[in-house]
Amino acid sequence: MFDVAIIGAGAVGAFVARDLSRYRINVVLIDKELEVSEGTTKANSAIIHAGYDCVPGTLKAKLNVQGNKMFDRICDELDVPFKRIGSLVIALSKEQLDIINELYERGRANGVPGLEVIGRERLKELEPNVNEDATGALYAKTAGIISPYELALACAENAVTNGVTLKLDTEVKDIEIKKGGFIIKTSREDIETRYIVNATGLFADVINRMLKGDEFSINPRKGEYCLFDKNDGHLVNHVLFQVPTPRGKGVLVTPTVHGNLLIGPNSVNVDIKEDVSTTGNGLEYIVNCARKTMNKFSMRDVITSFAGLRASTSGGDFIINVPVQGAVNAAAIDSPGLSSSPAISEMVVQMLKEQGLKLIEKDYYNPVRKRQIRFADMSDSEREKAIEKNPLYGRVICRCETVTEGEIVDAIKRPAGARTVDGVKRRLRAGMGRCQGGFCMPKVVEILSRELGIPYMDIVKDKKGGYLFTGRIKDNYTKGDGDANA
Amino acid sequence: MHRDLVIIGGGPAGLAAAIKAREEGIDDILVIERDIELGGILKQCIHNGFGLHIFGEQLTGPEYAQKFIDKLLELGIEYKCDTMVLNITDNKKVTAVNTKDGVIEIQAKAIILSMGCRERPRGALNIPGSRPAGIFTAGTAQRFVNMEGYKIGEKIVILGSGDIGLIMARRLTLEGSQVKMVLEIMPYSSGLKRNIMQCLDDFGIPLLLNHTVVKIHGKERVGGVTIAKVDANRKPIPETFRYVECDTLLLSVGLIPENELSKNAGIVLDKVTGGPRVNESMETSVEGIFACGNVVQVHDLVDNVTKESYLAGLGAAKYIKGTAGNGGREIETYGRNGVRYVVPQKIRLDDMGDEVNLFLRVDNIYKDVYLSVSDGGKTIYKVKKRIVAPGEMESVRLKKDSILNMENDKLFVELIR
Repeated sequence: MFDVAIIGAGAVGAFVARDLSRYRINVVLIDKELEVSEGTTKANSAIIHAGYDCVPGTLKAKLNVQGNKMFDRICDELDVPFKRIGSLVIALSKEQLDIINELYERGRANGVPGLEVIGRERLKELEPNVNEDATGALYAKTAGIISPYELALACAENAVTNGVTLKLDTEVKDIEIKKGGFIIKTSREDIETRYIVNATGLFADVINRMLKGDEFSINPRKGEYCLFDKNDGHLVNHVLFQVPTPRGKGVLVTPTVHGNLLIGPNSVNVDIKEDVSTTGNGLEYIVNCARKTMNKFSMRDVITSFAGLRASTSGGDFIINVPVQGAVNAAAIDSPGLSSSPAISEMVVQMLKEQGLKLIEKDYYNPVRKRQIRFADMSDSEREKAIEKNPLYGRVICRCETVTEGEIVDAIKRPAGARTVDGVKRRLRAGMGRCQGGFCMPKVVEILSRELGIPYMDIVKDKKGGYLFTGRIKDNYTKGDGDANA
Repeated sequence: MHRDLVIIGGGPAGLAAAIKAREEGIDDILVIERDIELGGILKQCIHNGFGLHIFGEQLTGPEYAQKFIDKLLELGIEYKCDTMVLNITDNKKVTAVNTKDGVIEIQAKAIILSMGCRERPRGALNIPGSRPAGIFTAGTAQRFVNMEGYKIGEKIVILGSGDIGLIMARRLTLEGSQVKMVLEIMPYSSGLKRNIMQCLDDFGIPLLLNHTVVKIHGKERVGGVTIAKVDANRKPIPETFRYVECDTLLLSVGLIPENELSKNAGIVLDKVTGGPRVNESMETSVEGIFACGNVVQVHDLVDNVTKESYLAGLGAAKYIKGTAGNGGREIETYGRNGVRYVVPQKIRLDDMGDEVNLFLRVDNIYKDVYLSVSDGGKTIYKVKKRIVAPGEMESVRLKKDSILNMENDKLFVELIR
């Protein structure tokens, strides 16, 4: 019997798991996918917003501003790359300057610190490559960039280290509400729990229905992105927004925390909650829009394009409520969900407490999680030492991002470790460089197979069913018996 | 650690360069290879057709490589496998790493770059759609099938008619997969004619020119692709959209010389080839750093890689021995009127032998043209070509005498109708 079951191991679920791991309770974090952060968390703009954009008085406004302030401490504790590079909302006309002033007022009402409206000259100083038409900008120094999946992974890892049980590949099929608790029927087993947190992103309405909460529906909205080579990362210094429209914050141009350039997203309502396909029109649209902000990127430098879904609802605000005694919904967490996630988690924990969850602190809780060793970031003398300790750090597997075998083995063996090719990629960037895994993927498959003790045929790219191979060339061929290199 | 010559890459280019340099009297050579054994990409090229020009016989990739590996061993040339070069500097310091030695620093008198090339991935094409498993580049597929022994799919669509794509079409067919079609966005294939015949025609695999993939379908694994005919501007024509069911998409959409190390050392790259600009001895813009093979320009035939690498080995040996010419007349080469590029980009008359080979590629298919070399005014070489195509590298052999009489220091290689 668990005290709390958190359904959904995205940023919100992982944060709640981490926050609850502080207390002497039995917590389980459940996700239907093979890895943490597989839903909305893994594909978004990777921005920690300042909070000027949200309508004052909304949960979004409150939790974004609160959440933003928490990231320095959290990323320090979790050793997650985070850069507070600031954002600029760029006006391309006189009329847009008015909207920028409105945003400034809104930001002040929301309590966003350090907001400034700047003129054309200052803007050119901050962003020499910005389009000539730019007339001014709203400068928000507190905005930042982060790696969302690394953040969720770090939270999950830290939670597991502090005693949370992680159950992946476990899909919730139904929930039975009992007196004083719940029985969660999953694709694997029945899980008994006293409390439930619904952090299931796009599927929060489905879980809410199982919990018999007041009906709401999650309407997926797609956003498409193009990611450019690290050669282009230096083209901009800040997160560059366009003046927002009712549909969203517009197409942004930003460096990523790893030094690439990212452009996107558009915003298109879709019917299917798992439709993360990009479209010709969508990609064309974001490229054309991004060029209005900054047009010095070359499409030849695109290394990948992708789409993510926002878990939106018609009301426009987050839905954080109690559907039934003992459960808390953290639903409709679309933008600025990532920025708000630590504050959402605090609120969820508070709501659990209000419903009777006893929270007594552990004496052994450790908020600190160290990011795994990164060969690419080391000096030569550090590399020397690392290889002495573990020779596998001396074998470079991903040449584009300089990722070694030692790191891949670590990534698999860590708490909440990698189980898929893309899982290795998200943890270490192996396969995320300019060749996109062309060279290292065969070796990553080999290492996964060896370390997890599963055959090649069972290795998947990302999801169950995402198999890489359809058979053997020769049945008597045994990989690893030495004949591969004969 | 000090070495006279460090060669980065133990594929066909690096091996040939090492052998030549040793034959020219350089004893202190180290070949560094990132894979666990020598041979480079040839190890996974188990089809034949290699070596016709150099050996006069048809060899498989591993056979061709082995001839050079044997020679390397016979000559006692030192090599380190499973070793990755992390950096080189313009004063020829090489930093490498492996599991046994840790981080190694080597000061070299000369360096030969022979890192080969990499494949263009899906991202570079920006093909819309989902991101399921089952999208492979042709080279990765080749490694899985030929070296690891795994089948990568049952129903396969190939995008791009480059040589590896064509060869994999045959290979996958022989292993029991159904290769439904090969699509080529250009009006012509970028692969060798003989490969189109032997790999597609002989197996009844259709080649659809002026076609591309406009969308990838599938959630976990590829379920199909939408293909389309393209217009003269390579834009897909909506009326021609057609769904093709498949579980695998194989990409053979071009190779890019792998020059990340070259960039670190400040070597000037050619915008068209993607490789270093080189002179007649395959020396780059940084004195004492030479380059050869696919790191310079993507070759069709390994035989040409070998020849080019001999030049680099010879050039490096001369440089180390101090017998390279110094100064003297320098001539720059330029491609124009249908010629996309010319390698080498520079010829030092003092250092060229009796003749120089210019390698070039054209930008389209042309029939009944003259391939001409001139100094802008006087034509010094002219040959009639029945057909030239971007997929087939052309070469021109120029005698030293013919260049000596040039009036300008610019040499134009072009097509004349």
